[in-house]
Amino acid sequence: MTEEPMRGNRRSFRHLPQNSTNSDVGPPAYQRGWSANIPSCNAQLFGKINLPVSAEIRCVVALAITCVWDSEVVLRGFSRNSFHDLKGCFAKHMTAQEVRLCGLLLQEHFGEVVERIGTHLLRGGAQNLRTIANETNTPLDLVKKSLCVLVQHGACEFGSGRRGPGSPVEYRASCERVLRVLRYPRYIYTAKTLYGDTGELIVEEVLQRGHMTMSNTVKTVADRLTHNMEEGRSMEYSEVVSAFSKLVETHFLQRCPPVAEMGTAATSTTPATPSTPAAPASTSPPTAESNPDCYKLPHVTLIGRGKRRRSSDDSEEQRGGKKAKMDSESCGDEGIYWLVNFERFHQHFRDQAIISAVASKLDQTSSEIVRTMLRMSEVTTTQTAAYTQPLSANEIFRSLPPNYSISRPILDQYLSLLVDDPMEFVGKSGDSGGGMYVVNLQRALANLARATLESVVQERFGSRSARIFRLLLRKRHLEQKQVEDFAMIPAKEAKDMLYTLLSENLVQLQEIPKTPDHAPSRTFYLYTVNQLPTARLLLQHCYKTVANLIERRLFETKENKRLLEKSQRIEAILASLQASGAEPEQLTEVEEMITAPERQQLEALRHHINKLDSTENQVDETVFLLESYIFSTKTK
Amino acid sequence: MAGRGRGRGRGQMTFNLEDLGIGRGDSLPPTTFKPSPLFPPMPVQPVPLQTGEEVEYMLALKQELRAANKTLPFYIRRAAPKRDVDRYSDKYQSGEPKDSAIEWSPDWSRLPKELCIKVRKPLAKRHPPQVKQPKKPPVGKEEILTKLETLEKNEETVNSEEEEDGEKKKANEEEEQPEEEDYEEDFEEDTDYIMSYFDNGEEFGGDSDDNMDEATY
Repeated sequence: MTEEPMRGNRRSFRHLPQNSTNSDVGPPAYQRGWSANIPSCNAQLFGKINLPVSAEIRCVVALAITCVWDSEVVLRGFSRNSFHDLKGCFAKHMTAQEVRLCGLLLQEHFGEVVERIGTHLLRGGAQNLRTIANETNTPLDLVKKSLCVLVQHGACEFGSGRRGPGSPVEYRASCERVLRVLRYPRYIYTAKTLYGDTGELIVEEVLQRGHMTMSNTVKTVADRLTHNMEEGRSMEYSEVVSAFSKLVETHFLQRCPPVAEMGTAATSTTPATPSTPAAPASTSPPTAESNPDCYKLPHVTLIGRGKRRRSSDDSEEQRGGKKAKMDSESCGDEGIYWLVNFERFHQHFRDQAIISAVASKLDQTSSEIVRTMLRMSEVTTTQTAAYTQPLSANEIFRSLPPNYSISRPILDQYLSLLVDDPMEFVGKSGDSGGGMYVVNLQRALANLARATLESVVQERFGSRSARIFRLLLRKRHLEQKQVEDFAMIPAKEAKDMLYTLLSENLVQLQEIPKTPDHAPSRTFYLYTVNQLPTARLLLQHCYKTVANLIERRLFETKENKRLLEKSQRIEAILASLQASGAEPEQLTEVEEMITAPERQQLEALRHHINKLDSTENQVDETVFLLESYIFSTKTK
Repeated sequence: MAGRGRGRGRGQMTFNLEDLGIGRGDSLPPTTFKPSPLFPPMPVQPVPLQTGEEVEYMLALKQELRAANKTLPFYIRRAAPKRDVDRYSDKYQSGEPKDSAIEWSPDWSRLPKELCIKVRKPLAKRHPPQVKQPKKPPVGKEEILTKLETLEKNEETVNSEEEEDGEKKKANEEEEQPEEEDYEEDFEEDTDYIMSYFDNGEEFGGDSDDNMDEATY
């Protein structure tokens, strides 16, 4: 090996002392911090081999001195150093990529002021009003406005301060809730498929406003629907109310949780009012689910029709919508606000994913059976359940949709096929009632996540690398020689692929020393893949991807800002000309104000922006799968 | 003795190089002297995006939501910095957001008291108040008739109303807000001039003179 030191190249670490006797315990401080950089380094193979091995030797030594075969302990050490890029030690579970993405989403939806306040809260944890204003150098009023917006949309919670009820109110932002903004189109589209246009508009309004009262929502949606109908027809409030109540019955909408009592010094002696089920001094604010009334519709009769907004009588028709209590007719549901129940939508997406996986792996009839089983257990399954309640084959047979009339023995055959399938979507839990069957939700999610990982490796590195990856997933620990043999790939190429995967941190190296002095010539080096840390890594990559996509889209828009403004002005002119009845020559004259190359540029810009947007939507589907999988493993 | 192998061949290491798969006589790839390129050439092309009705609809939804967000009152813009001199037209052209007013009225009972700031109704949404507020100075014939006699008293009442305004503002801002707004609104709608009359005159000189035949005086 050539030992010329690479002084300028920070990433190869060769200028650092190569300590190979392993006499010191634990990695030196400067290496511990930099181990997160190793995956991103694209240095040559040889520089790669040296450093990860020695850094990981030190990790192993530091963490597992005696129990060598306790792979859990060892691997946890790997995960702590190599996989998380936690840049802020004060942020509990917020990575830099998540914060960056949240900042971009806030900027797009609420403007730069809210973005600054929001990212400051996300990075810094719970803070009070004065601290935020001072540290972000924003005027107090703007901070107040931004906090109102964030609380309205559920992205921020407030609670009494650390030092007890007398200290100033502290605000805490929720990264998870801000990331949901990415998924709004999917929620709205799902509502459309389930409950039609009315349901779609209801969910859209509630998402855009954060939370709304039922009467307000009904009026706004009726107005919007009326606006799109032909002249003379308008939308009845009762239809909208029925769609709203259907959404509430199936738990897609829920009431806002009651505001926690923040005892001020004067009222600290009075007990909590009976409406708040949670104790006021508890650290966690009451969730929506803790309210027993959270799915109860208020007794409000809304009679009326949607109003069509005419441009002539602006002043009279500008009612409804944004103001809660300015009409003379105020309905009886003041103070009862509704918000979208994201967890229920996620349950629905998860069910859809399982059903489509079964359909693509087996056939349509099996997917219908699984869909029936999931539908029957919608209400009885809690969100974090590992599997649904057991259902007997008789019940399933009775609940099958009428157009899927299969006979009872065929159903039994299908069920046994589903149970025997290696994907383990359905399990058998007993024999009574013709056989008791459950859907293994947690295992299904894990399998879906595994399929995602395998597909990522396949698309980025080729099918042979994917073969190695799948092999390591199934066989857990393999030596270099064994990998070559089992995968049936020649040694040189296998080595190449393994090291590429290792440099991307998709495969990890584990050492099993034969002698107490951990001499490298007498140590086993095993390759392994861990599904959970790899899923986390991929999730962070996804967040980074979406953030990059948004940034690129903002860049493209900014580059062509002049052109976009010009085209908007011309469209406005065209619209006004057409409304006032102009001749075709005038219209063509105005249209020709945009030259042909400019038109091409605009076309290309639109194409790029559409591509970037739909890519964001698609990456969000992967994000959902990985997030669900990781969340399901947390609550064990 | 320790550095004997340097410079000749590959040198000694504490572990067996063959375990790593680098056999004898194999040449290693050349070392790099600079960081990896920013956009490295991709060995495999990415999979094409999904297409279909669902995808198109969600794309359209996303773009519509983005456009709609800018018009909602939740999109907070900083107030434009004050220009050097206060202009007369500022009183009539106050369409821009102010820092100290919030453009929508949240449910203040669900928010901590310290976040409470003045609610400002958007300019276009004002409509004549249903009930005349007793605080407002009545503009009617009786006032005109007695105006001559009570000129001095008028000054006093205006002064005391201003004091009242100031006190009430400090105490209960949001309750007085609609009445104050109506007061201002009435005043504004009574102007004889159209709003566009109040052109600041700062765009003067921006139009190019296409027709140079006319002499400018």
